[in-house]
Amino acid sequence: MQELISRLKELLESGSVQRVLGWKKGDFTFNPEPAYFNSAEELSEFVYDGFCGANLSKYMIKASNLEGVTAVLLKPCDTYSFNQLIKEHRVIREKAYIIGIGCKGKLSLDAIKAQGVKGITDIKGAEIDGDCNELKVETLYGEKTVSYKDSMLERCHVCKGKEHMIYDELMLESADTLDADRFTDVEIIENLTSEDKFTYFQRELSKCIRCNACRNVCPACSCRKCVFDSTKFDSEQKANVDPFHESMFHIIRAFHVAGRCTDCGECSRVCPQGIPLHLFNRKFIKDINEYYGVFQAGEDIGQTSPLTDYTLDDMEAEERR
Amino acid sequence: MSLTNEEFRPKIVAFCCNWCSYAGADLAGSSRLSYPADVKIIRVPCSCRVNPMFILRAFEKGADGVIICGCHPGDCHYSTGNYYARRRMTLLFSMLDYVGIERGRTRVEWVSAAEGVKFSQTMNEFVETVRSLGKNVRLGDLRCKN
Repeated sequence: MQELISRLKELLESGSVQRVLGWKKGDFTFNPEPAYFNSAEELSEFVYDGFCGANLSKYMIKASNLEGVTAVLLKPCDTYSFNQLIKEHRVIREKAYIIGIGCKGKLSLDAIKAQGVKGITDIKGAEIDGDCNELKVETLYGEKTVSYKDSMLERCHVCKGKEHMIYDELMLESADTLDADRFTDVEIIENLTSEDKFTYFQRELSKCIRCNACRNVCPACSCRKCVFDSTKFDSEQKANVDPFHESMFHIIRAFHVAGRCTDCGECSRVCPQGIPLHLFNRKFIKDINEYYGVFQAGEDIGQTSPLTDYTLDDMEAEERR
Repeated sequence: MSLTNEEFRPKIVAFCCNWCSYAGADLAGSSRLSYPADVKIIRVPCSCRVNPMFILRAFEKGADGVIICGCHPGDCHYSTGNYYARRRMTLLFSMLDYVGIERGRTRVEWVSAAEGVKFSQTMNEFVETVRSLGKNVRLGDLRCKN
């Protein structure tokens, strides 16, 4: 960690980068937020631990318009998104100095709370230098210990691997976190009856408050003009009596990012209502893998996206399982 | 229960491509082949013109089934449009199935301008399938109904 900070200082002081895009301390130890650091002094606020889940690649779209080079800290899964953004000409590669940083799994406050911990005031043990086995949670009702693994975000249990797809230099150690199959949940839903599927999604989606956090955080949702900002739709309204518009929003949003979604899991992480939005994206990924060959967006810039491609003997819609 | 099913007339939206399926529908008409009046045809320049939003909108506005008809693969007026449509619709219909819209309510069929018989058969079959599934209450805009 110290080594990372001193390297960032060195980069800023030498003038090879204009700013650093990283995380700074939040109000609590468990809510750091993305931030720019313009000078070596500002780096005193810098933090990188298990709670730094935000995918910084989307911030590079704006940073690409700023003057000079931005040093950006990308976790292994974020580099897929960055690659995808390069492919879509949304970021300028030369404007970014990518420091690939290690990851030992990112934590979710909701997952900690789900273990019955209430009144959290402080959490220790999330430091990237530590062994990341246990978290010491200070609460209003005394100290509690929870396992690091059980407190991870869903996406870290189905980790794509700790290898960086694109980087200028690598720092910090990673630890393997994969311990589940990413399509298990999708398969469970697929095997329900139509009625149960509908009931499940209606229950989940009717929680949606149309805050647009999922859209705003999604690296694939980077259109300058979004179809859902149109005043011609009812979907721009915040509160709808009818859950249809929420369903439509989420189905269409998932469709718009199909073949481009890297499955970074940011949508589910930021949802204030805890809707498992990744289930939509995973369904498309699963179908694409099954029907058109295994494809991982952001792995290879040269690869054509499955939805902008075709073969003469593609499967017919009626033939699907 | 069966009585209500007999009375039920489903609303079907058919997106037909201008070059093949719409002409196929025309041929069905001029050949005096019948297909149910429940099918409302919307003419589109090409099957790949169909935006996934169109389909969701159709269901929202009360459609009980949506069918997309285009040229046979390889015969697209614009060379490749239906190949793209095929991938898109496969994925979208799979997703609709995933959120609880029965598979029978969505369909893709390739009908050429010479296939009036196929057009009429397809529509008869599709209407029958949707009729047996009953009214689509999922995704419908409840505010439109009193």
